[in-house]
Amino acid sequence: MTQVNRLTGGQIDRDTTCNFTFDGKAYSGHPGDTLASALLANGVRLMGRSFKYHRPRGVLTAGSEEPNALVELRGGARQEPNTRTTTTELYDGLFARSQNRLGSLKFDLLAINDRFSNFLTAGFYYKTFMWPAAFWEKVYEPIIRNAAGLGSLSLKDDPDVYDKGFLHCDLLIIGAGPAGLMAALTAGRAGADVILADEDFVLGGRLNSETLIVGDETGADWATKVIAELAGLPNVRIMPRTTVIGAFDHGIYGAVERVSDHLHTPDAGKPRQILWRLYTKQTILAAGAIERPIAFENNDRPGIMLASALRTYANRFAVTADKRVAIFTNNDDGHRTAADLHAKGVKISAVVDVRPDAPRSMDYEVLHGEIVDTKGRLGLTFAEVKLADGNRRTLECGALGMSGGWNPNVHMTCHQRGRPVWNADIAAFVPGADLPAGMVVAGAANGDLSTAGALRSGALAAKQILGLKGRLPKMPEAEDAPVNLKPFWYVEGCSRAWLDQQNDVTVKDVKLSYQEGFRSVEHLKRYTTLGMATDQGKTSNMGGLAIMAELAGKTIPEVGTTIFRPPYTPTAIGVLGGRHRGQDFHPKRLTPSHTWATEQGAVFVEVGNWLRAQWFPRAGETTWRESVDREVLATRKSVGVCDVTTLGKVDVQGTDAAAFLNKIYCNGFALLAVGKTRYGLMLREDGIAMDDGTAARLAEDHFVVTTTTANALPVYRHMEFVRQCLYPDMDVQLISTTEAWAQYAVAGPNSRKLLSKIVDQDLSNEAFPFMACANITICGGLRARLFRISFSGELAYEIAVPTAYGDALMRRIIEAGAEFDVTPYGTEALGVMRIEKGHAAGNELNGTTTALNLGMGRMVSKKKDSIGSTLSEREGLNGEGQLHQVGIKPVDPNDAIPAGAHLISAGLPVDAEHDQGYITSACYSPNLGHAIAIGFLKDGAHRMGETMQLVSPLTRVHVDVEITSAHFIDPEGARLRA
Amino acid sequence: MIIDHPLLGPRDAAEFTYMGDAKLIDRPDWQSDTAAQDFYEYGYLRDNPAGWHDELWFHEAGDRSWLVVTRNTVTHEISKVALARDVARAKGRSK
Repeated sequence: MTQVNRLTGGQIDRDTTCNFTFDGKAYSGHPGDTLASALLANGVRLMGRSFKYHRPRGVLTAGSEEPNALVELRGGARQEPNTRTTTTELYDGLFARSQNRLGSLKFDLLAINDRFSNFLTAGFYYKTFMWPAAFWEKVYEPIIRNAAGLGSLSLKDDPDVYDKGFLHCDLLIIGAGPAGLMAALTAGRAGADVILADEDFVLGGRLNSETLIVGDETGADWATKVIAELAGLPNVRIMPRTTVIGAFDHGIYGAVERVSDHLHTPDAGKPRQILWRLYTKQTILAAGAIERPIAFENNDRPGIMLASALRTYANRFAVTADKRVAIFTNNDDGHRTAADLHAKGVKISAVVDVRPDAPRSMDYEVLHGEIVDTKGRLGLTFAEVKLADGNRRTLECGALGMSGGWNPNVHMTCHQRGRPVWNADIAAFVPGADLPAGMVVAGAANGDLSTAGALRSGALAAKQILGLKGRLPKMPEAEDAPVNLKPFWYVEGCSRAWLDQQNDVTVKDVKLSYQEGFRSVEHLKRYTTLGMATDQGKTSNMGGLAIMAELAGKTIPEVGTTIFRPPYTPTAIGVLGGRHRGQDFHPKRLTPSHTWATEQGAVFVEVGNWLRAQWFPRAGETTWRESVDREVLATRKSVGVCDVTTLGKVDVQGTDAAAFLNKIYCNGFALLAVGKTRYGLMLREDGIAMDDGTAARLAEDHFVVTTTTANALPVYRHMEFVRQCLYPDMDVQLISTTEAWAQYAVAGPNSRKLLSKIVDQDLSNEAFPFMACANITICGGLRARLFRISFSGELAYEIAVPTAYGDALMRRIIEAGAEFDVTPYGTEALGVMRIEKGHAAGNELNGTTTALNLGMGRMVSKKKDSIGSTLSEREGLNGEGQLHQVGIKPVDPNDAIPAGAHLISAGLPVDAEHDQGYITSACYSPNLGHAIAIGFLKDGAHRMGETMQLVSPLTRVHVDVEITSAHFIDPEGARLRA
Repeated sequence: MIIDHPLLGPRDAAEFTYMGDAKLIDRPDWQSDTAAQDFYEYGYLRDNPAGWHDELWFHEAGDRSWLVVTRNTVTHEISKVALARDVARAKGRSK
């Protein structure tokens, strides 16, 4: 197909051809085209179907405000729905499909909805899908979900890379039209660090869309010259294809740079897009203005668009939407479109102006009247005019430009709840006084709609915001026409006049909303969906407001306006995530024995950010239970080793170290002897258990504290809070040493024999008894720490060496332990052994339990002040009826116990009212040969031996269990002290 | 947001962890006759002003200082940043 609607001139590279396909049909265009301009050049006006009624739609605009011409761009994994053809740069091989249709674009089966439009009005869903309730999920939802939305996702992983970047500047200029360029020139020449960002791939804004002269050259040439000068300034960074999406606190702006969107595939090593975080001292918003349409009957046919868009297509892209064009306007700017198109040889059917005093033309007819209807099933063919004298005229035209005046682009001024104010001169909202700190608005965005006004206000804004002295640079002469406009929003008597083409909201819907009582602007928006979806009402909000104002008998500013929030244009989740996806979603922390464990074929589990060995399968083992049972039995029989580096370690030093621990632990530490370790329970100030661990006193003024793996960070933060905010004069210093020391638990009756082969010191029970700790040396001189503590309940030690020696130590332990058949064990075996001993862990310290619940009530010292001690004495946390930690075993040893199951007294009904407690940790004990569990039971300490019902209605478990002590193995602790 | 750290200069808020009302510094005396009531109020009753508010921020990804940041909760404007330790001392806290 040839480019039948291509005109002369324009900023396209005619020497190069880009071939592309739309809905399977081949077309051609040129570099410099957008997909929209290339389709129009090929005579394609129909580009999509509307959201609700599936009406045929074409482009409305030539920019990012486009509500209609959205397509699925690219194929395969790169398929991207709802892509605006108006901002999609044409490249060779581009592949696009229309969306939101059933069948073909020309024969959409869902167009039947249009016939039922009387039923599908505002609030249709709220009114229709109410009853019966049984239909909500089974009938209504699938139907609505199937019909809802626009484009479709590929459901494949995005093959491209997205980056994040950080930039700092004195001055950010948003928009590179006449105001932005002049501001950049003024600030750049003054030496300020400037970032000039524009969403377009060609800078210059409207200067590229107009034939207006700036100085003694065309606006486009002037822009090119200025950009060349700016490019030569080392202090100016020009960022095309970069949309500033949000104004955040303290001068921070977000911006998305589309690095590779204009290419078929990103170049090797290049990201698709970059999310920039811009730290700015000052900002000039020069985002221009957006023309608004006029609502009249059937104003949504392909070929009907903003008059300014017709001008952009003609002047910048050398394209007309059709050979015959009509204009419907309420202001002088509409006539400019007619003049420009006429000059390019396009036939102007007529300019229809609502004003009696409209400018006349020698070149085309100007009619005083209104357009009251249009014809053309898949594209405009005729427009009906009702003249002011009452007569009617039919205009033959394939394109129609609507010009209802211009709305300053105030979006970014609202991001911190700034409210725009009404300017009656241009009948539009302009930025108010409550702008984000450091922001100044210039040019059309501020209501300066002439070229000269934009240039002047850009320069002034830069001068003002940077506090520059001296005179402004010499302004080039430019168009300075006043705005001459008669506010006109919609044609009286129309029933299907579109305000919001993306959401299919008509004038009638707004009236219905008003009639049904949804009168505040926010209610209007939600009831009709006016201004929602990808364009966020950039071309539609004002029309809705104007109609509401008229119905309410108020002025537009009295009705008020909705404000805008980030992002300015739709932003891909991919660029917000950047590289943080899949494996790289969060950092991975590896234990010192990770390499060794990998060699052993360990199965790993994520614990916080750590990867820990969960179990070590051996040849012949087919289930995880086999491996775990073997590891538990071998450890209790001889000796096992487990990497416990991930437990948090905090080094506490200073003359007040013991006094400090007395504050953070509910039990006492002042009297702990040097060379001894003690279990400590930390409470929150409200009396609930926060964390537990051990504190080892290596010297009078030196403790090493451990925390649970999951709480290492919050506990450290809490300790610093207590130190800095509550006891600022204590002589105590804290540092986290979690990653500085590799630490292994060596447990089992042969652990002493094994470690004696490695440790240089005497390990006899007399020299190094239970709960001893010491700085020692191993392997003939390497510094290490040894703690005789036990989580497994066996004779056990934890040995620590500087992390760099962690791998070597693990290998040495395995080598030295060969004669004892030393068995590495993972977190599952660790868990089984601690449940067999009834030790509380994260499941029990779950943010709802107190020391009393955990069976440690008496540990809370009443002789001293510690965090949580006062509130732990509250009435509600004490006395009868409290939960106590207990052990649970099945009456029938073949029954399993699921964690999370609840306890009900024998013979009582299974319901919430009779709930007596719940299981927190459960496992199979290979030592006892049946399931065991620990949990919390009301007054459990006094109910030993009671038989109860254990129920889990969700998993259909209902078995009898017996309440026992939680210490299933070696309750006297003889093994620990051996 | 940007927090002007008294020791390190302006830092991005992403480096910090927020805890809330700086009144948490005023931990009551455990031996007072009204200790139970005082701790209840300390633990559970907080002002939640729309406007200026002294808050605790922890420079977790930085130097581990607790800061008292005076921030307007409506505009996010920050008028003052001090080391929590200095604030605590000024309020008479010691050991």
